[in-house]
Amino acid sequence: MTEFFMNLGMNYEWAWFVATICGILLIALPLMLGVAMIIYADRKIWAAMALRRGPNVVGPFGLLQSFADGLKVFLQETIIPSAANKGLFLIAPIITFTVALLAWAVIPFNSGAILADINVGLLYVLAISSLGVYGVVIAGWASNSKYPFFSAMRAAAQMISYEVSIGFILICVVLWAGSFNMNEIVQAQKGTVLGFINGFVANPLLFPMWVLFLISGMAETARAPFDLTEAESELVAGYQTEYSSMAFALYWLGEYANVLLMCTLNAVLFWGGYLPPVDWAPLYVVPGFVWLLVKILFFFFIFSWVKATVPRYRYDQLMRLGWKVFLPMSLLWVVLVSGWLMLTRYGGAV
Amino acid sequence: MIQVFSFYLFAALTILSAVFVIMSRNPVHSVLWLIMAFFNAAGLMVLVGAEFIAMLLVIVYVGAVAVLFLFVVMMLDIDFAELRAGFVKNFPLGLAIALVLLAELVFGIGAYSAGALEMGHAAAAASPQIDGASNIESIGAVLYGKYLFLFESAGIILLVAMVGAIVLTHRERKDTRGQNIGRQIRRRPQDATVNVRPEVGKGVQL
Repeated sequence: MTEFFMNLGMNYEWAWFVATICGILLIALPLMLGVAMIIYADRKIWAAMALRRGPNVVGPFGLLQSFADGLKVFLQETIIPSAANKGLFLIAPIITFTVALLAWAVIPFNSGAILADINVGLLYVLAISSLGVYGVVIAGWASNSKYPFFSAMRAAAQMISYEVSIGFILICVVLWAGSFNMNEIVQAQKGTVLGFINGFVANPLLFPMWVLFLISGMAETARAPFDLTEAESELVAGYQTEYSSMAFALYWLGEYANVLLMCTLNAVLFWGGYLPPVDWAPLYVVPGFVWLLVKILFFFFIFSWVKATVPRYRYDQLMRLGWKVFLPMSLLWVVLVSGWLMLTRYGGAV
Repeated sequence: MIQVFSFYLFAALTILSAVFVIMSRNPVHSVLWLIMAFFNAAGLMVLVGAEFIAMLLVIVYVGAVAVLFLFVVMMLDIDFAELRAGFVKNFPLGLAIALVLLAELVFGIGAYSAGALEMGHAAAAASPQIDGASNIESIGAVLYGKYLFLFESAGIILLVAMVGAIVLTHRERKDTRGQNIGRQIRRRPQDATVNVRPEVGKGVQL
């Protein structure tokens, strides 16, 4: 895109600057629209599984429900509790929302359609997702109220626990792809299994890691069945209890943007990203962006499905799953994958 | 142009937040300023081209260590007056440490600008950047090739420290009942329930 602006007669620095701003807007605006629609989709799927109708009043089929909710929230009064730490109380939702948008910079939407094609793309995603916990923890502490505080403590422990196993799962993917660059990871999946299936998920050695990643992703984004940070029967609304108006809306948007990011990571890291499922020439006629979107929506459906059907975990079970099942298993898989690659790809030479 | 601007932005913010770490009255604010300092230090590392180190700094320090700091500090019930009381008493010690660190910094910079070190075989230490290779590859080549044994012994020391910490803090609790997942899954309805038809007035033996 930089070349396009250079052709308009700008020098390189300005062209780069304008191109980057345009790229950010091109990702962030559709993402916000997508989050609004995905909230609607989530509610519809959830309703269908509970044999209800879901939102169906505002707009055709209730399609505009999210915008109506947004308007309502926007017009509300922002209430700041008198005992709250005012500065941090207001910064916390901004952190959550910003962090939810930041990680999209390294997602490849098509070959070449990536905002920041950096060498350490996957590490960047990991670094940014590890920041997500601050929005929650700061909110819980700054609210100066006991339920948000409990929720913040839970969130901190939960996110750290699952980040460890996510890190090891990603190392398995990186070992197989041989790169931390997101674009190269996608390209490495081209015909990776039997020469024609695109996606690490079809690889028998990496398939268990995908299952672990899907579940860890749900825990990392605090989605049901791991939504202990906002378990309404125990903690009112968790860390959001004291929030109202746009501060509340920022949490809502950030949360769903994070869920979408997890779905996208599933698609990019294990299901071939913008590649079609099978390495067959006619399928490449469909633009890569469409394939990626289809995969994201498919994973979002799985997330909603799980939310609608699986009961909430107990806290000790959550910790047990993270530390006693996922961590040893992913650690074992790092050894297995690297051993297998050493044996087959690198000739077994020491 | 943008590099110079970013450098001064990150550098000034790093120093400013480091000052606020020790200036702020509330320990939670201190930890948050510390996180800000880590973050800007990572920005500086990106500027010098050490993107791998920068990402690791964010993942390890901001993502894990600082969260635990915050976790602990938030749980503490802190008396601010008591915290302030030791300031005058500990001031000379703090000043001494600061002077030592300053002297080390001056010596370090002086030694670096004096020229390349000729200790043993310092070629790799002086220029870890292998031509054409990315950050990760050059670090890997040095760490897993040349300094393999040092790297592994560092790993073992950390492992020992971790095991030690667990041994010291672990206490066996006899009064709790753990969940036996295997047993729960193996359990079938017929193990837990019986179907009886007692005679009227006889009752059931439990």
